[in-house]
Amino acid sequence: MLSAYRLHHAFADQTAVLDNVSLSLEAGEWVGLNGLSGAGKSTLGQLLAGHLTPQAGVIKVDGAAPPRSGLQPVQWLPQSPELSVNPRWRVKRILEEAWTPSTALREAFGIEPGWLNRYPSALSGGELQRVCVLRALAPGVRYLIADEISSMLDPLTQLALWQALRQVADERRLGVLVISHDAALLERLCPRRLTLSEGRLSPPARHGAQSA
Amino acid sequence: MLSIEHLTLQLPYYTSWWRRRWAEVLSDVSLELHPGEVHAVVGASGAGKSLLAHALLGLLPEPKHQTGRLTFQNRALTAARQRQLRGRELALIPQSLDALDPLVRSQRQVSWAASRAGHARSDAWQAAGQALTHYQLDERGRQAFPHELSGGMARRVLTAMAHVSHAQLIIADEPSVGLDPQQRNRVLDALAALALEGKSVLLITHDLRHALPIAQQVTLMNQGRCIETACASAFRGDGDTLATGYARALWQALPDNHFGVLTTTQAQNVA
Repeated sequence: MLSAYRLHHAFADQTAVLDNVSLSLEAGEWVGLNGLSGAGKSTLGQLLAGHLTPQAGVIKVDGAAPPRSGLQPVQWLPQSPELSVNPRWRVKRILEEAWTPSTALREAFGIEPGWLNRYPSALSGGELQRVCVLRALAPGVRYLIADEISSMLDPLTQLALWQALRQVADERRLGVLVISHDAALLERLCPRRLTLSEGRLSPPARHGAQSA
Repeated sequence: MLSIEHLTLQLPYYTSWWRRRWAEVLSDVSLELHPGEVHAVVGASGAGKSLLAHALLGLLPEPKHQTGRLTFQNRALTAARQRQLRGRELALIPQSLDALDPLVRSQRQVSWAASRAGHARSDAWQAAGQALTHYQLDERGRQAFPHELSGGMARRVLTAMAHVSHAQLIIADEPSVGLDPQQRNRVLDALAALALEGKSVLLITHDLRHALPIAQQVTLMNQGRCIETACASAFRGDGDTLATGYARALWQALPDNHFGVLTTTQAQNVA
């Protein structure tokens, strides 16, 4: 279980983006998170994945503190893939940085062999996004924070990406936190949905009080 | 207003340091834009939508192979005319927020756009302020540096830049990506309002669902080709009035439709 307990985060001396936020994500569970721009969804995602250090609060991955180095069991999939790859590496090196995905998986994610020899600037945003998602699925990864990963994709590619991701997540029992503005998409993907506003998570009425 | 006839574009890529090949990124693209109309160009990533925008404005770097005819206001749109008109008659609302100068406050940037379009300097500052107010950016937003703006605010700054230029043709490249519903509607409403003023808006997006309420015409692109141009009203129900399987599949893959590809359309989708 990925759990966050009473997270607090503020930028400079402004009001806190996250104020006493607690959240848990079980292995194999899909949780949806929405909220307005600037509500702190990405900040929460980055905290969970260890890209940011919480100013207060505790994050535990399967009961232990996240490792300081090496492969991180929580991976953040960012909204802008072009900012999360080395522009001077070819796609093959980017994709295989942490592990070597099988050809079948590459096909499932619609990554064409012809892309591997190119530089990231020669791929479109959606093409690169699929490379980044597959890159993050190394064995040892337990949880994914999918931060608006399909917002730049057309409906068909979006569908294909989620179907491929769902299959891998089901096989390996990955927990997935889906951050999106698209209520219809979250409804399709996630049985449990949360809304972040004014620094607090509000749990949906039907499900128990998982979060503060 | 603008017509594109048989536009074909080839860009180079390098298989190694010395071997150059040409990839066809737009093949035989034709479309027609009318004043007062929002024309949506919808397609998968890599379909060549942004390249089309950049080709229209002449922003693509050499070397390139480009053929076909571009006509704007009944005159051929040549490279020289593109240079002369862009930022004035032709405006681009770019996809990347990197287009904003990171070291300049928003009102200053918009006033640059205004003076480029021919406003006098003092007037440009005024016009910039008005345009930003029009797009609901408050004093703090006007004085903010780009990194202090949220995605939606930055997008509205870029829209304000197109607005002050009094351009007749506005090309909006993925204006609603990553915005929350409220912000997205504001940005799209702003584009619809520009069309109501009699301008042409070319709305480049992958977000078919949210393009439909403001668009009159929808052109679907895939892998550098135009698949179909249809009325926005044809996208309803199961999409039976759409001519191509690709259009129907795209429509049905939306999360609020089937979020799946029906088997019949899957077979046709190969085309």
